[in-house]
Amino acid sequence: LHPLLHSPVHPLKKVDGFPRRSMRRARQRRSHSSSQFRYQSSQVELTPLPLLKDAPVAELHDLFCKKLQQCCVLFDFLDCVADLKGKEIKRAALNELVESVATSRGVLIEPLYPEAIKMISVNIFRTLPPSENPEFDPEEDEPTLEASWPHLQLVYEFFLRFLESPDFQPSMAKRYVDQKFVLQLLELFDSEDPREREYLKTILHRVYGKLLGLRAYIRKQINNIFLRFIYETEHFNGVAELLEILGSIINGFALPLKAEHKQFLVRVLIPLHTAKSLSIFHAQLAYCVVQFMEKDATVTEYIIRGLLKYWPKTCTQKEVMFLGEIEEILDVIEPSQFIRVQEPLFKQIAACISSPHFQVAERALYFWNNEYILSLIEENCQVILPLVFATLYRVSKEHWNQTIVSLIYNVLKTFMEMNSKLFDDLTASYKVEKQKEKQKTRHVLDDICSIIRHIIFHIVNMYRLGHLLNGSHHDSTHSLPCFKLKIVDTIGEETLKE
Amino acid sequence: MFGAVNALGEALVCQALHRGVKTQQRRREGPAAALLWQKPRSAAQQRHSVTAILSKMAGADGDDSLYPIAVLIDELRNEDVQLRLNSIKKLSTIALALGVERTRTELLPFLTDTIYDEDEVLLALAEQLGNFTMLVGGPEYVHCLLPPLESLATVEETVVRDKAVESLRKISQEHSPVDLEVHFEPLVKRLASGDWFTSRTSACGLFSVCYPRVSSTVKAEIRQHFRTLCSDDTPMVRRAAASKLGEFAKVLELDYVKSDIISLFTALASDEQDSVRLLAVEACVSIATLLPQEDLETLVMPTLRQAAEDKSWRVRYMVADKFSELQKAVGPEITKNDLVPAFQNLLKDCEAEVRAAAANKVKEFCENLPEDSREQIIMTHILPCVKELVSDTNQHVKSALASVIMGLSTILGKDNTIEHLLPLFLAQLKDECPEVRLNIISNLDCVNEVIGIRQLSQSLLPAIVELAEDAKWRVRLAIIEYMPLLAGQLGVEFFDEKLNTLCMAWLIDHVYAIREAATCNLMKLVEKFGAEWAQNTIVPKVLGMANDPNYLHRMTTLFCINALSEACGQDITTKQMLPVVLKMSNDQVANVRFNVAKSLQKIGPVLDSNALQTEVKPVLEKLATDTDMDVKYFAQEAISVLALA
Repeated sequence: LHPLLHSPVHPLKKVDGFPRRSMRRARQRRSHSSSQFRYQSSQVELTPLPLLKDAPVAELHDLFCKKLQQCCVLFDFLDCVADLKGKEIKRAALNELVESVATSRGVLIEPLYPEAIKMISVNIFRTLPPSENPEFDPEEDEPTLEASWPHLQLVYEFFLRFLESPDFQPSMAKRYVDQKFVLQLLELFDSEDPREREYLKTILHRVYGKLLGLRAYIRKQINNIFLRFIYETEHFNGVAELLEILGSIINGFALPLKAEHKQFLVRVLIPLHTAKSLSIFHAQLAYCVVQFMEKDATVTEYIIRGLLKYWPKTCTQKEVMFLGEIEEILDVIEPSQFIRVQEPLFKQIAACISSPHFQVAERALYFWNNEYILSLIEENCQVILPLVFATLYRVSKEHWNQTIVSLIYNVLKTFMEMNSKLFDDLTASYKVEKQKEKQKTRHVLDDICSIIRHIIFHIVNMYRLGHLLNGSHHDSTHSLPCFKLKIVDTIGEETLKE
Repeated sequence: MFGAVNALGEALVCQALHRGVKTQQRRREGPAAALLWQKPRSAAQQRHSVTAILSKMAGADGDDSLYPIAVLIDELRNEDVQLRLNSIKKLSTIALALGVERTRTELLPFLTDTIYDEDEVLLALAEQLGNFTMLVGGPEYVHCLLPPLESLATVEETVVRDKAVESLRKISQEHSPVDLEVHFEPLVKRLASGDWFTSRTSACGLFSVCYPRVSSTVKAEIRQHFRTLCSDDTPMVRRAAASKLGEFAKVLELDYVKSDIISLFTALASDEQDSVRLLAVEACVSIATLLPQEDLETLVMPTLRQAAEDKSWRVRYMVADKFSELQKAVGPEITKNDLVPAFQNLLKDCEAEVRAAAANKVKEFCENLPEDSREQIIMTHILPCVKELVSDTNQHVKSALASVIMGLSTILGKDNTIEHLLPLFLAQLKDECPEVRLNIISNLDCVNEVIGIRQLSQSLLPAIVELAEDAKWRVRLAIIEYMPLLAGQLGVEFFDEKLNTLCMAWLIDHVYAIREAATCNLMKLVEKFGAEWAQNTIVPKVLGMANDPNYLHRMTTLFCINALSEACGQDITTKQMLPVVLKMSNDQVANVRFNVAKSLQKIGPVLDSNALQTEVKPVLEKLATDTDMDVKYFAQEAISVLALA
């Protein structure tokens, strides 16, 4: 049953004579969401227990355990006034547990592990409610916040302190924090509440660090989440947080990189760039990619060719992000690797420079402000300049945005200083090419004109011939030759003007 | 001479096909490498040579039969995606030109090896290959198509993969039973045991098409493969298997359904991931249909009960969404004992999504209840839940209910409807959400048959008026569309008394779409109530608008006349409408004048020839000399359509 329907009638409601208004209020309250409480069949009345700090040492563990059990009771937070007393008792107990785990030594003994993990599981593991807003846009819309956060936060805090406690024994914990536990933990990353994801991130990071046996499993499940996100649902709220964890995981990879890790890069990280919501996690993604490169320079070519493959075709916002990532990559690229990718890369950069969207063009031109990139360009000027020259020259004459034009002049100036001979050659050949093109169009026009003249000539001849042979026979085509001639004349004029 | 040219042309096509062999080899560096080492597009530079030679040749001799093909093949490797895409879409032309033999020996290997491309191109390729049977020489050779489709079925992009599977399913039908075992089934096995999840996912969709046509040993292997995939450790593959479980069960022998499928079904329905569990619900429908009634209780029901109470709302939603199908599949007895309480729970679910899905099924569920106990079940079990839903906190739930609730009246009959349902209808008619009210109004016909609409008219009117004046024009538009229906049910008197003013008010709405719908509405009303009614009630008002100072309203008069003339008949059109139209030809706004021309063209067929010649023709002729270009154009058009020239 809906918790709202079961909650005792609030005294205020009784005097409210406007049922419509109260309904509206109920709906507003729903913007905090939680589906945690449906299985709580009978509500347990909580009674406050003695304080932990007052307990004699002999009874401490027993009391700790009792408090953990007490905290397994769940409360209805959709009705913010329901069972206030119980909520307060649980909150106080959680606070005490947090403090006790954080400060006192020797509390965490083996029998407490299953109880602690059970308390955590009961509280945090739940099916996340359907999104209030089916077209939830993390950039635009306010996230739906978890209603039970006052308790949930303390549970997460407890879990974190528990993991970070100097008494924490991975060998004991691994019996309870198992694969199933981790899987449920990962599913929670889809929570819309950023506060919850923040806690989850730190916690998963600690679990990964302390429970070695789970590492491969965690990586695999994150893979699955990402693959589902890319190819099936396009929806998962915690991608950025998971990538952040992965950033530090990648940092710790041993060399040479295992095939599994390379596969992760090629089949998961690079395709993640295709996601519609890239902007939300792009910073973290780019960090992971750069981490891979710093680990092992040989993956550079995979990365750059992958990015070029998925280069955005219509979304300029994403294009700017891609350019940013390319710059981050170029910042740490090895010169030998640079040579392997410079051709396709600078073709793409040239295409970006000629983008009518000035932010894209600007972002690409900023590369020339980067000293390391500039030194790479200089070393390979012979290859790169011919790739971008025509674009630079053309765009400098055509672009609507003055900033772009002046940036291009700077770039051209830099190139001129780098290699004036090459620059002059290219300028000359560009002009010759331009000239040729002009002539070509003129030739084509001339050709068309002469062809049409030929046709007209034939038609007129036939027409005359027809007249001579049989006057009435060709009457229907009477107006045709004049009409055609009119066209030829206009084309002829235009050609002359040229 | 032509022969020689052809040979040269073919040689060039060959060259075009086999170029790029070098790049192929470089790309055979293992799966990961093959994915990313995009071939250097040197083809673009090379292509000039082939096309240049060919074009010279074509220019010299006029034989260019192979030239377009060479261009197409070259374009398969062009730098521009659009060109590659165009070329792939013309793949059948290339194949036709090459002939079956060379399509098999050259084109297909070329496609299998060298096409590494944008997903969009691959998608087009996957689709094309599904229709290629005749182009490779008919069913005898259809297996040649398997290698390229096999590699497409392993691609990451879901859309491409699905298309490849679709094509594979299509061509599997064209295989002979022997070929199916020799060529097709090994492919399915290879996919099913592939390293990467994509190929295993694709395999799931292929079992059911080859199973019925292979020998029993192979059948056993197929069942084994399917079993393995159902417990795959990537959830993507388990989802694919779960979604094909029902389909696969249908082609299996009943004994195997009981021994194999049920255990797989149970396992998938209790998978750790809800995305897998919910797909098992879908399979449940097919499986339950296949099993004899006496086995359902033990084999299916435990799982179904568990699904209806799953802790994930997605699974419960799926149960609610498939409820009618489930109900039909399990039969009346189980429905009475199990599904009724389950349905009650879904209607009371804590998630609005689930309640809305269940509310949508209320009518169908009640309709399909066994007749002997239908009324009793509805009255004691379903109706109380429905009553609660009427005042649900979520508007989607209420509007889902409103779209079906009226259907209950035919099931419950007159007395129950008046006593129990009417108060609910009335409550929903007063709901704060316009969608709820609209859904009720749009289904009025169901109630009308049972109790007549008079019972509702008291509450109906305020609801209609409120919707008619809603601030959102889409809501106004929706209610206009129900006007003819309402008018039919409420009768002329009620309509004239209460609704006529509304219909006229819509004609001067500030949104064009509303004015347009309002004219259309008038036409339908005249069709219903007859020309005489029109003459007395609406025609004077419509014609009155011809003198409105707002030109948009004057144009509305013309639009109304366009719509009404036919329904009103010659007499009214000639005597009342035509004079007004003709008078408007002097309007100072050009838009009105050219609409006069359009209107005359429209109503011309209704008029007699005398009126056309003496009245319409002079006016149109005058308009044809108008200073405004558009007025002239439409006047001339009218003159020629009405043959007045």
